[in-house]
Amino acid sequence: MAESLLRIEGLSKRFGGVIGSDNIALDVRAGELHAIIGPNGAGKTTLISQLAGEVTPDSGRIEFGGTDITALPAWQRSMLGLARSFQITSLFPEFTVLDNVALAVQAHAGHSFRFWSNARSETELREPARTALARVGMAGRADAIVSRLSHGEHRQIELAMALATRPRLLLLDEPMAGLGPEESGRMLALLRELKREYTIVLVEHDMEAVFALADRITVLVYGRVIATGGPEAIRANAQVRQAYLGEGDAAVLNHV
Amino acid sequence: MNKLLTARNGFVAVLVAFLLALPLYTAMTGNSFLLTLFTRILILAMAATSLNLIMGFGGMVSFGHAAYLGVGGYVVGILAYEGVSSGFLQWPLAIAVSALFALVIGALSLRTRGVYFIMITLAFAQMIYYVGVSLNRYGADDGLTIQRRSQFAGLLDLSNRTIFYYVCLALLFGTIYLVWRLINSRFGLVIQGARSNDRRMRSIGFPAFRYRLVCFVIAGAMCGLAGVLLANFTNFISPAMMHWTRSGDLIVMVVLGGMGSVFGPAIGAIALLLLEESLSRFTEYWQIILGPLLLAVVLFARGGIDGVLARIGRG
Repeated sequence: MAESLLRIEGLSKRFGGVIGSDNIALDVRAGELHAIIGPNGAGKTTLISQLAGEVTPDSGRIEFGGTDITALPAWQRSMLGLARSFQITSLFPEFTVLDNVALAVQAHAGHSFRFWSNARSETELREPARTALARVGMAGRADAIVSRLSHGEHRQIELAMALATRPRLLLLDEPMAGLGPEESGRMLALLRELKREYTIVLVEHDMEAVFALADRITVLVYGRVIATGGPEAIRANAQVRQAYLGEGDAAVLNHV
Repeated sequence: MNKLLTARNGFVAVLVAFLLALPLYTAMTGNSFLLTLFTRILILAMAATSLNLIMGFGGMVSFGHAAYLGVGGYVVGILAYEGVSSGFLQWPLAIAVSALFALVIGALSLRTRGVYFIMITLAFAQMIYYVGVSLNRYGADDGLTIQRRSQFAGLLDLSNRTIFYYVCLALLFGTIYLVWRLINSRFGLVIQGARSNDRRMRSIGFPAFRYRLVCFVIAGAMCGLAGVLLANFTNFISPAMMHWTRSGDLIVMVVLGGMGSVFGPAIGAIALLLLEESLSRFTEYWQIILGPLLLAVVLFARGGIDGVLARIGRG
């Protein structure tokens, strides 16, 4: 069995009286695509935020590649090779597409206390950025201003920025959120390709995509892990079906 | 269409030519009023340019930027009073002390955002203002006259009006050029990225705070140099140099000229001070006219004068 790249133990987080994460234990093995699903409000984004370092857990431990990262700030986690994409698009809207991705490259190309030479003419930054854009099918839009592009294109740039940091682990928070059927199809194909190269933690509402992509699935309900296992095991799990019945989504589990 | 031949570039070129030729006019007519006025404008334009670096490009709206004018000026004034009038000593020291003040103020203020940042920078500036008021040895409230302008071992005679004007002009151009290099460098992109989306910066691996702080220090040092010039220009220092309304004036210059534009603040400084000069001839209540004008710029001409010029070019 592959060794785990990301290990979470006893992770808990409360927001006042609301439980965000309840004693979560999770193992992400190197090379796998590990999907996290659960009904709305199950604490999926809360979990991702704790992994990325935006939210500090009340208790528990997060280990990444053998290093305890529980107390590290977000930027240091990025330095270690943890990249995230946001559920709600989070880009530099007034910059060009290429500038956006090149900044992600720059963050990992030494310190940025360089005050004189024009960063936009540094091939060392621009080339890897172009490669990442080509990877997500955005090579043709490199010089467009981000704010003028469509939602679907924003989702692709999100992904390109994560790739540009040369990560060891991708944390993807609903990469397909808000995409039309055609765009979803393309994103699915892209994720299928990326999965061969990267270890991925995927939070996604699109069950079809999850069951098509995931090696293992963890199901969260009210901040608690109720099941972890392969797609078949999850589909057959009585507790999972119960959890989704409330939303009328259990049918989804049957069809996929 | 030729990209160089835009309305904005044309305007800037004419402006630069005018500034370069102004001393000729004075030499021919013997009227030094304009030269004096524009020397003051150039100095404040430099301060506004430095404020724009943090405010326009870095998104750090400092309401205490005039403090560095005061700090730079006081270093010159105090040294002159104590008998040190060498510019080779005064100027670097003034810049260093301004940078140090900015480092301390920035290290504390940059932990806050938005309105809190505005308020805390104002509070620091007020503290420094009252330190100036309490310096009894150096004139306290009344200020202190500087007997001799900074000496440069006979290389540069700052008491010559024309030379002083050109020194200010050269330093303003130098500051603008420096800002232009900065904002297009790796450092500058980080600063602008942090203004645009701080959360995203952290998630791609930037410790944004330290970049912001360095930017804040650079701007403080630049403004300190403007303070050096201001003290030399007026031959006088007083707490009034760093009164909070002066900080407000600098913000108005930046907004009026165009936030986040390299030439904007200089244009804004020229516009504001010329307006002040000409309107105050008609009425002592000239601010009643200036107020609505500013409102109009903020409401209808976002991007300031420079933004309007850029739009004319495109249209």
